[in-house]
Amino acid sequence: MSDTEAGEGGNRKVKRFMIVNRKAPYGTIYALEALEVVLIGAAFDQDVSLVFADDGVYQLKKGQQTKGIGQKNFSPSYRALGDYDIEKLYVERESLQARGLAPADLLVPVRVLGSAELSVLMDEQDVVLSF
Amino acid sequence: MAVLHTTNKSPLQTRDLESCLRLTRPGCGILLLEDAVYGALKSTEAGARLAEAAKDRRIYVLGPDLAARGFTPEEVIAGVEVVDYGGFVDLVAEHHHVQAWV
Repeated sequence: MSDTEAGEGGNRKVKRFMIVNRKAPYGTIYALEALEVVLIGAAFDQDVSLVFADDGVYQLKKGQQTKGIGQKNFSPSYRALGDYDIEKLYVERESLQARGLAPADLLVPVRVLGSAELSVLMDEQDVVLSF
Repeated sequence: MAVLHTTNKSPLQTRDLESCLRLTRPGCGILLLEDAVYGALKSTEAGARLAEAAKDRRIYVLGPDLAARGFTPEEVIAGVEVVDYGGFVDLVAEHHHVQAWV
């Protein structure tokens, strides 16, 4: 394959993967599935970045307590992403503002970017997976 | 007895709540559950529309879905009542029938 360097045990080419999260957590399975893909990408030592836009920003809302709905609270996983060398978390400023949220409402440090900046970043990726 | 309407999609991503509000009559009950609970928040753009509807309709939001998403009853717009699962059952029993806007 052209994406693989020749030679026994040679390093595979690292691709730039971007996971775009646009859905709220719990109502659908998308947010949790995206997180699974992120961890798989990390396991293969790929360059993974995450974008949170539209209702996807709600995935990072502090204070999620899911006991009442009988579902696993997977929000602490976002804080553990750093342990997997996933440190590129971007949140779209327009989406935050439309929901009356500020970076202080989020459970993990993120870079807040405007849609114009985000679109440039998106353009630079090898693979963009949208959830 | 009046009809209980339920909606479960985020009003920031679908128009289900808007259709529900447009096609329901004063006096009915509307319960926001699952991702629709975002529509009951003061902080979102959809909040103003719901506050208007709450003047002549009884609007409810499911507390466990609110808590799961990291929000408290204090963040819900005035005039919207937070109910638990028991309250949900009571609402279903009190109304003539349930219409789900899925």
